[in-house]
Amino acid sequence: MGFLDITRATKSYGALKVLHETDISVEEGEFLVLVGPSGCGKSTLLNMIAGLEEVTSGDIAIRGRSMKGVKPADRNIAMVFQSYALYPNMSVRGNISFGMEMHGIARPERERRIAEVAELLQIGQLLDRKPGQLSGGQRQRVAMGRALVREPDVFLFDEPLSNLDAKLRVDMRTEIKKLHQKLGTTIIYVTHDQIEALTLSTRIAVMYDGHVQQLGTPREIYDNPANMFVAGFMGSPSMNLFPARVVAGRDGPAAEIVLAGGGSAQLPFAQGRMTDQVGREIVLGIRPEAITDRDGADRNSRAVHEVEALVEITEPAGSDTFVATQIGGRDVTGRLRADVQVAAGQRFSFAFNMEKAVAFDPRTERRIG
Amino acid sequence: MMPGVSMDNPVAARSRGFSPGRIVLYLILGLFCLYYLLPLYVMAVNSVKPLSEITSGGMMSLPDEWTLAPWRAAWSQAQVGVEATGLRPYFMNSILMVVPAVALSTIMGALNGYVLTKWAFRGSTVLFGLLLFGCFIPFQMVLIPMARMLGLMGLAGSVAGLVFVHVVYGIGFSTLYFRNYYAAFPTELVRAAQIDGAGFFRIFWRILLPSSGPIAVVCIIWQFTNIWNDFLFGASFSDFDSQPMTVALNNLVQSSTGVREYNVHFAGAIMAALPTLLVYIVAGRFFVRGLMAGSVKG
Repeated sequence: MGFLDITRATKSYGALKVLHETDISVEEGEFLVLVGPSGCGKSTLLNMIAGLEEVTSGDIAIRGRSMKGVKPADRNIAMVFQSYALYPNMSVRGNISFGMEMHGIARPERERRIAEVAELLQIGQLLDRKPGQLSGGQRQRVAMGRALVREPDVFLFDEPLSNLDAKLRVDMRTEIKKLHQKLGTTIIYVTHDQIEALTLSTRIAVMYDGHVQQLGTPREIYDNPANMFVAGFMGSPSMNLFPARVVAGRDGPAAEIVLAGGGSAQLPFAQGRMTDQVGREIVLGIRPEAITDRDGADRNSRAVHEVEALVEITEPAGSDTFVATQIGGRDVTGRLRADVQVAAGQRFSFAFNMEKAVAFDPRTERRIG
Repeated sequence: MMPGVSMDNPVAARSRGFSPGRIVLYLILGLFCLYYLLPLYVMAVNSVKPLSEITSGGMMSLPDEWTLAPWRAAWSQAQVGVEATGLRPYFMNSILMVVPAVALSTIMGALNGYVLTKWAFRGSTVLFGLLLFGCFIPFQMVLIPMARMLGLMGLAGSVAGLVFVHVVYGIGFSTLYFRNYYAAFPTELVRAAQIDGAGFFRIFWRILLPSSGPIAVVCIIWQFTNIWNDFLFGASFSDFDSQPMTVALNNLVQSSTGVREYNVHFAGAIMAALPTLLVYIVAGRFFVRGLMAGSVKG
C-alpha cells in the first residue's frame, strides 16, 4: 500500500463515463504528473483526489485512510489552481493566512508560517498588496505560498504554469522542481504539456480518453511507449510513426520501408529483436534524434543503418537542423547537427539508430517490440 | 460627426476644445438641461412662496417674499387623512418599510445568485426561470391573493406586511442581478476556499460578498427607488397608521377641506422625492459601472 492509493476509481456523469477504472499508487515524496490532451480525464482525477468531485466507484485513500465522504478541507491537501484563484478582496497576507485561519491556527503561528513561506518564495515585499497589483509570476508564487503554509500531505497542482508566458513558465518550472527537491513533499501535478511532465516528474501517468495509457518513469515513457498514443504524445518533435513490414534480412529480421518516389529499403532490427514477427505489417516508431547524419549517430549503438532519401524541407533551429523526408507516405523528421550541409530537394544519407526503434501493431496500436 | 472631435486622437480633441461645433453642441445640451430642470424649478420656487403669490398668477416667477412656512406645514402641520400631523409620520413609515425591504431582498438575491451559480443543483435553472417569471407578473394581478396571504399571516395593514410584499417582489430582480454577476465570478475561487476549509456561508461572506460592491449598489438603487416610489401596494395593504409617504402625499394633495395649498403640496412632493435623489447622488456613479459588470458576461 502506498502513500496515496487510487483503487479502481471511476467517474461518470450520468451515462457518460469520463474516467475508466484507474489504479495508481503513489509513494511518499513522489512527483506524479498526470498528462494528456484536454478532455482526457486528468483534471477530473485531480479533483477527485481533492474531494471537489465525488468518486463514482472505487476508492481513493491517503495514508491508508479512505477519503470517501471526507470534505476537501479535511483531507490535508493543498491545491494550486490554473487561474491561481487568489481571493481578490484580500491582501497577499490574507490569502496565505485564510486557510490557516479556517483551520483554527492561532495568529502567532500563522504569522510565523507566513514569514517562513514569504522567505522561501521571496514574496516578503508583496505581503500587503492585493492580487490585482501582482504580475503573473508573482501571483503564481503567492498561490504556491498559500498551498505551502498548510503543510499538507499532498500538493495538487492543476496546470499551474499554463497562464504564464513562455520564459516565465520555464523559470517557474525549475522553481517547482527545486521546491520539490527541497521539501520532499508528495505532489500530483496535472498538465497538458509533455515537456513539463518529462522535466518535473518522478513518474508520469499518460492519460487519454478516460484511461491511463501508461504509468512509468519519464525514461520508461519516453523510450518504451506502451502504445502509439503515448509514443506520439510524449516528446517534441513527436516520434516518427510510419508503416513498415517485417522481412527476413541477411542478419535477421529487418523493417522494409517505402521511400518517397517508390524505392524501398531495409532497416535491420537490433540483435535478437522481432525474430518471431517476420511477415507482419507494423508501424515503426523512431524518434527524430535517432534519425541523424552519419557523424551525428550514437557511437554506442550497434545498430545504425544508413538509408538515402529525398530531403523535402529543412528547418534550422539553432542548435540542430530538423530535416523532413517521407517514408511510407508519412512525414518523417530527422534531427541533424546544425553544421550539416543539406538542402531541400537533395538526396541525403540518413543514419537510423535501430536500437531506439519500437514497433506497434497497426490495428490495436499497441506495442509489439 | 463633429469637426475636431476624434475618438482616436484625444490630444487633438482637447486642444481644439472651443471649435464652433463644440460650442453649438454645448448650447443645445444646455437648453435641453434647462428644459428638463423646469419642473423641478417650478416645484422649488413655489414651495418657498406664500400661497397668495401662486394664486395671483406668479407661478413661474421667483418669490417676492421668501418663506419656509410651506415646508414646515407639509412636514408637521398639514392635514393628512384625519389628523393634522403633516407628512412626518408617513415619511418614517416609508423609511421603516424601505430599509429592511431593500436589505432583505438584496441579501436574499445575493444568496440566491450564489447558490444558483456556485452550488447549482438539479432543477436550479428551472427555479431561476420561475424567479425571473416573478419579475414580470403585473402588480395588479397579485393584489387579492396577497391581501389574503397577509391576512392569514396576521400582517395585514402593517409596515411589516409591506416589507414582506416588497421583499417577495424584489427577490426576482435582485436574484437576476446577482446570478448574472456571480456567473462571471471564477468558480475556482470557491473551490480554493473549500479546500482552505471555508463552509457555505463563510465563502459567501468572506469571498463573494466583498467582491460584489458594484452589483450590490445597482440592486440597492433599483430596489430603493421602486419600493420608495411604490403607490399601489402602499395604498392597498396599509392602514392609516402604516401608510407610506407616497400614499400620504396623495392624501395631502387630494384632501378636500379648505383651500388647495399648492405651496405646501410642492414642498411635500419634493420631500417625497428627496430620498431617491439622495441615493442616486451618493451611489449613482457606481450604477452604470455595476450595470455593465453584471451584463457583459453571464
